[in-house]
Amino acid sequence: MTSETPTTSKPNTATRDVAATAAMDAFARTHRLSPLEALPWLAAVAAYFVFPDYLALGSQILATIIFALSVDLLIGYAGIVTLGHAALFGTGAYTAGLLAANGWGDPVSGLLIAALVSALVGCVSGALILRTHGLTLLMQTLVVAALLYEVANKAGYYTGGGDGLQGMEVWPVFGLYRFDMLGKVAYLYCLTVLCVCWLVMRIVVNSAFGRSLMGIRENVARMHAIGTPVERRKLMAYTLSAALAGISGALIAQTTGFVGLGVLSLERSGSILIMLIIGGVGQLYGAFIGVPLYMIAQDRFATIAPVFWYFWIGLFMVFLVLFARGGALGILHRFVRRKEGGA
Amino acid sequence: MSEYVPALISIAFHGLTLAMVLYLISVGLSVTMGLMGFVNLAHGAFAMAGGYVASTLLAHFGLPFAIAILLAVVVVTLVSVVLERLLYRRFYGGVELDQVLLTMGLIFISVGAATYIWGPLPQPMQIPRALQGGIDVLGRILPVYRLFLIICGAIIVTLLWLALERTRFGAQLRAAVDNLRMAETVGINTSRLFASAFALGSGLAALGGALGAEVFALTPGYALEHLVYFLIVVAVGGLGSIRGPFFAALMVGITDTALKYYVPELGAFFIYLLTMAILLRYPRGLMGT
Amino acid sequence: MTGTPTTPAAIETRQLRKSFGAFVVTDDVDFRLEHGARHALIGPNGAGKTTFVNLVSGALAPTSGTIALNGADVTSLSQAQRVKRGLVRTFQINQLFRKLTVLENVGLAVTERNGLAGNAWRPAGRNRAVLDEAYTLLERVGLAADASRAIADLSYGRQRMTEIAVALGLKPKVLLLDEPAAGVPTGDVGLIIDLIEQLPADIAVLLIEHDMAIVFRVAKRITVLTEGRVLIEGTPAAIAQNPKVREVYLGERKPQ
Ligand SMILES: Nc1ncnc2c1ncn2[C@@H]1O[C@H](COP(=O)(O)OP(=O)(O)O)[C@@H](O)[C@H]1O
Ligand SMILES: [Mg+2]
Repeated sequence: MTSETPTTSKPNTATRDVAATAAMDAFARTHRLSPLEALPWLAAVAAYFVFPDYLALGSQILATIIFALSVDLLIGYAGIVTLGHAALFGTGAYTAGLLAANGWGDPVSGLLIAALVSALVGCVSGALILRTHGLTLLMQTLVVAALLYEVANKAGYYTGGGDGLQGMEVWPVFGLYRFDMLGKVAYLYCLTVLCVCWLVMRIVVNSAFGRSLMGIRENVARMHAIGTPVERRKLMAYTLSAALAGISGALIAQTTGFVGLGVLSLERSGSILIMLIIGGVGQLYGAFIGVPLYMIAQDRFATIAPVFWYFWIGLFMVFLVLFARGGALGILHRFVRRKEGGA
Repeated sequence: MSEYVPALISIAFHGLTLAMVLYLISVGLSVTMGLMGFVNLAHGAFAMAGGYVASTLLAHFGLPFAIAILLAVVVVTLVSVVLERLLYRRFYGGVELDQVLLTMGLIFISVGAATYIWGPLPQPMQIPRALQGGIDVLGRILPVYRLFLIICGAIIVTLLWLALERTRFGAQLRAAVDNLRMAETVGINTSRLFASAFALGSGLAALGGALGAEVFALTPGYALEHLVYFLIVVAVGGLGSIRGPFFAALMVGITDTALKYYVPELGAFFIYLLTMAILLRYPRGLMGT
Repeated sequence: MTGTPTTPAAIETRQLRKSFGAFVVTDDVDFRLEHGARHALIGPNGAGKTTFVNLVSGALAPTSGTIALNGADVTSLSQAQRVKRGLVRTFQINQLFRKLTVLENVGLAVTERNGLAGNAWRPAGRNRAVLDEAYTLLERVGLAADASRAIADLSYGRQRMTEIAVALGLKPKVLLLDEPAAGVPTGDVGLIIDLIEQLPADIAVLLIEHDMAIVFRVAKRITVLTEGRVLIEGTPAAIAQNPKVREVYLGERKPQ
């Protein structure tokens, strides 16, 4: 009907290649490393030398970033809001703790076993609860965590119940590097594990699988219509996220030598959400900003005025939700865009 | 043989007490979640506030019990309306994550504020002398206060249900829960309706928190500690339902008490399992629309 | 299985029924879509056309009745499984990723069809073959120039074309088009018609459409649906002359 519709005429290959390449490059660019991505690692290495007295806190931060990454995979990428991710964090912590308290103190294999157990718990609970949506799903995540909390609480013979798990003995890493009083080995151990987890996360979110998760988050109807097995994808994400959460919990158990019921608590599930939101959701690096900010602030506050910590963090949350929903990364993006727009 | 009867009475009695308190606190949450599409995790903070304010009025101002409770309910209701107009309203029907974060923030504020004002230890509630002591029922000594609680609860629940059947507000609320868009098109002012429903729900929560301070001890962590139970009552009962949560509260109350009596080592475990199973079978709850 | 002499249709529904509460939206519909058909389903607003598409594609579960694809019962299959068997639908209201480009939107569909979308290791951008295929498809439907533009920046007509392009990326054997020209400015309707007319002949097309000009241009067969029931089915000429149809549908066109 119109002359512009290129019906069967072969397109000019030369012009096609230019246009096609431009279009495809935009698509392909995202998974390439940018120099900016070195920043968190430079900061982490610098912190090791600049703050030798704070390495214990540093290890906690590094390990918690993994937890935040695992939550980001669910909330930020797959769009699954969870109020009970401590269930999987705690499973990892107790797995590693129980291993170390019962004669298997090898940290690396302990970490892997914890990841597996958490993944298994995630896979089974996910298969059950991911069939529901919205508020019901939120409830289910909460209930799973509460369930495991009760198990740990009542199985006091094994877990120490409310007193926490005693008598963990963690062996040197690879039989070579003994965990020292200053926390140097712990810090480097956590940093290495974080680096591996970050790499995995980065690969996953930039993969076709990662794209399909984002598709599910943005428009489930569309994904169903293009033949995406939505439930299975979500379960895969949930299981992977569970493994990461388990690793995080295991790291904290191994480096502190203690596991308490708090690892399974609602407060743990809630505070990790807060840390992630402070940094920014669904952008991979939110965890690297939000977790240190939160944990350092908490550490400072705890020495000055512990009573006010909850009050101020709560107030801060309210303001964040009202005025800065993208978190720190969101503000940064807006700032950069305005600068570019103004120039 | 004869030992079972008193035990059953005891379980029914204490279970009913727990159920009444749970219901009073949670029914407002059901409306907020079902009607406004808002996950108010901080709902328990209203209950806690009701308890703290009432106990303070009793201990420091020597007000009569009934007056103290009523004043506490009024204060909390007013505060809740302010919060609803300033904060909650913006997020109705919005992104779940925002609601979760906002109300998680409010919980933390409530924890901090309560610790600052009342300290970390449980706040005692002074019960009037007339309601202290026990009463013998078929060989069991049952606390008078709990009996009072059950009767109070029953009266309030009856009034609430009657009000929802008979008043204009009740009719509007039922219409809105049934079909919000339809309610809007027939000219119901939903914004005002939401505010009133929210106020009523918070007021009832404050009442439940104040009367039930003996069941759920007043500590700063209140809103977080009992959140799971409140949410279970709502989710199992059915979001938006007024009656559903009552039966869910009964289920939780009786089961919880019976378990504590017979198999204390199971704790809340069984209730969580039951909740999961029910929600898998009935994702909208037992009486959800 | 009941020994009908006819060859299996591309789509066949039997006594297909859907009710929301007491409200019956699809009322025992028996319907056949032949292989390679150009079949239009028309009917007033609220007749249940979109619901029918939702039932056939698997987005909704029927209250009762069966749906067969090439003679095989697919009633209990998930939407994804039906798509894998070549049953694809488009949406009356665009369901596109507005922040993503046209190429990415189509690429997502191609990736899913190729079975690459479950791969969590390989960077999506490395799937060159997917992008090539998606781009070739865009050339074929006349959207190549827009390949790297975000959906939100496209004219509505071109968004509707992308909606069809995404479906084509799934290599459908049966295509359910839910009002492809809905909301498209008159000037751009021609683009959509061209696109539909150029669809490979072996695809069975069920076209839901309000615009009678399009229906009579494209369809070889028409089914009229009112209040969830099939009112009549026939050739365009027969339908155009049918008094009942003129009464409930064609004649009812009020000036708007
Ligand atoms: N999920 C639903 N719940 C209740 N009623 C629905 C639902 N989906 C569609 N309907 C009703 O079914 C009828 C048919 O809708 P639809 O299939 O969209 O019609 P059409 O596409 O022919 O305009 C309408 O009256 C609509 O209100
Ligand atoms: Mg329609």
